[in-house]
Amino acid sequence: MSAATRAGPAGTAGPARALSQRRPLGDRAFQVVALSAGLLVLVILVLIAVTTSQQASSWFSAEGFKIFTNNWNPAANQFGALAFIFGSAITAVIAVILSVPVSVGIALLLTEVVPRRWAQPIVYVVDLLAVIPSVVWGLWGILVFAPWLQGIYTHIASGVKGIPVLENLFGQPVSGDSFFTAGLILAFMITPIVTSLSREVIATVPAIDKEGAYALGATRLEVITGAVWPHSQGGIVGAVLLGLGRAMGETIAVALVIGSSPAITSQLFAPGYNMPAVIANQFGEASGVFRAALLGMGVLLFAFTIIINLLARGVVARNARRHRGA
Amino acid sequence: MAVVTERPSVDLREPAGWRRTKNRIATVLMVLSFVVVIIPLGFVLYTVIAKGASVLGWSFLTSQIPPAVVPVGTGGIGPAVAGTLEITALATVMAVPLGVLGAIYLNEYGGNRPLARLIGFMADVMTGVPSIVMGLFIFSIWVLHFGFSGLAGAFALGCLMLPVVIRSSDEMLKLVPDSLREGSYALGATKARVTATVVLPAALPGIVSGALLAVARAAGETAPLLFTILGGLTTVNSNVFSGANTALPLLIFTNATQPYVGAEARGWGAALTLIAIAFILMIAARIVTARFTRYSR
Repeated sequence: MSAATRAGPAGTAGPARALSQRRPLGDRAFQVVALSAGLLVLVILVLIAVTTSQQASSWFSAEGFKIFTNNWNPAANQFGALAFIFGSAITAVIAVILSVPVSVGIALLLTEVVPRRWAQPIVYVVDLLAVIPSVVWGLWGILVFAPWLQGIYTHIASGVKGIPVLENLFGQPVSGDSFFTAGLILAFMITPIVTSLSREVIATVPAIDKEGAYALGATRLEVITGAVWPHSQGGIVGAVLLGLGRAMGETIAVALVIGSSPAITSQLFAPGYNMPAVIANQFGEASGVFRAALLGMGVLLFAFTIIINLLARGVVARNARRHRGA
Repeated sequence: MAVVTERPSVDLREPAGWRRTKNRIATVLMVLSFVVVIIPLGFVLYTVIAKGASVLGWSFLTSQIPPAVVPVGTGGIGPAVAGTLEITALATVMAVPLGVLGAIYLNEYGGNRPLARLIGFMADVMTGVPSIVMGLFIFSIWVLHFGFSGLAGAFALGCLMLPVVIRSSDEMLKLVPDSLREGSYALGATKARVTATVVLPAALPGIVSGALLAVARAAGETAPLLFTILGGLTTVNSNVFSGANTALPLLIFTNATQPYVGAEARGWGAALTLIAIAFILMIAARIVTARFTRYSR
């Protein structure tokens, strides 16, 4: 009221509102609502960490550092999770090794080779891989793909017999369900995200760098290795890390094709197990410390993926900063 | 004149020899990497359509789920279809408004403040949280106290959708030109009013399209539902707020390991239905985007 009278110029044009007047209640309420929606993200992340750790605490307290031993026997109340951590690492690494060259290849194809009007349809097709749900990959994996792969695995195994290192990696096909099958399906699943992230990075290479190289008579390959690669290296490392994080957390497809037997072995064609798969498969019948152990592996998974994500975003941000300055 | 013609001609268009061959090889490898991706995609789509189309039909989509041993022909996947639709709709109703509001905070109010930057960064990080962890989270915080229900499943899917909606809406709000905002402020409108009546309508098609894509992804998720709605139901549970429920992904997961032909066939039918739902949502998103670009032109 006082603000209005102060601002009104001699009351000639009625009470005018001062520019410095406090914002109306509705406006401030809207801001608070929007802010709380934003804060929800932080709240959920903190709650995930707190509640799942709480439920898993009996595993951590009962086993201590023995959770990192290779000793999983729920019937005897032994819950060492090393075999599952190993499985998670090995399947994610297989997926990344198989997916990254292909993803970077497609990203380069899209940005450096094909004309723009062809690029969009190719992106649609690659993104279709991400539209197929995890469980459909799993269904296809267990009923169609793994049985088909088994024959190939047997051929490869007999082919590498007697060759030192290869025999230890590919020498022992038991069935189509294995670390390698899981890694292969994970590779299909993470290819769209790694492709689109790499493409984003490669698209930021300044046109002048590439044009300069072409003007010097460089071939397309030389432009890629000389101008595009040095600029986008860091960003692609970030994309690879994010792909690794995705591969680690993927559950259902892996649960169906990994073979479900905890093992630490160098044999990639042997059946194994990993953290998400064991949680999905055994949670239903678990109780007490057993259930706490499965929840605890969820906590480990959460921690690993958060660390990988932070690392990846850090790498990408640093890379972007350095090249903006240049 | 003769001197000029005797000069060796230099072809500036193409490098010769090994450099040229290497370049060719690299190009072929890039094309091959695309081909390598098409093969599994075609393989999966072909299998799902070939095996799923033969069982699909109206009665299959609406009938109760029979025991696993029953061959195809009797019964169907009705409860799973109903569960997926109910739970996904409920998750959408929770996650989309909150996600859009979060994006409004980031873009309209937060600006470059440390808190807004933190929330934006954490939303990115949250998109990387595995879906199974969301399921375990809702199990710990909700299911242990209130039991399995469709609502719990919707919470888990909503948690997955939230950061995706925030990020896509944020991108869309960024595209709204500042001149629109400034014009409304000059007319004396408050920030809330500008946001609700000018900024949001301008960004709406993009926001809707991003939300549809988030829904499409959530509808196919299995892991978060495993610990929240339990599954295993054979009849429709129309009460989404209490009691165990079921959904298409859970049905597929269970049937994938059943040794019976009928169960397997129902699994393929459910897989085709699930992919069809995802495709419909995706195409809807494309249509919305296409209309958006036409208007803005």
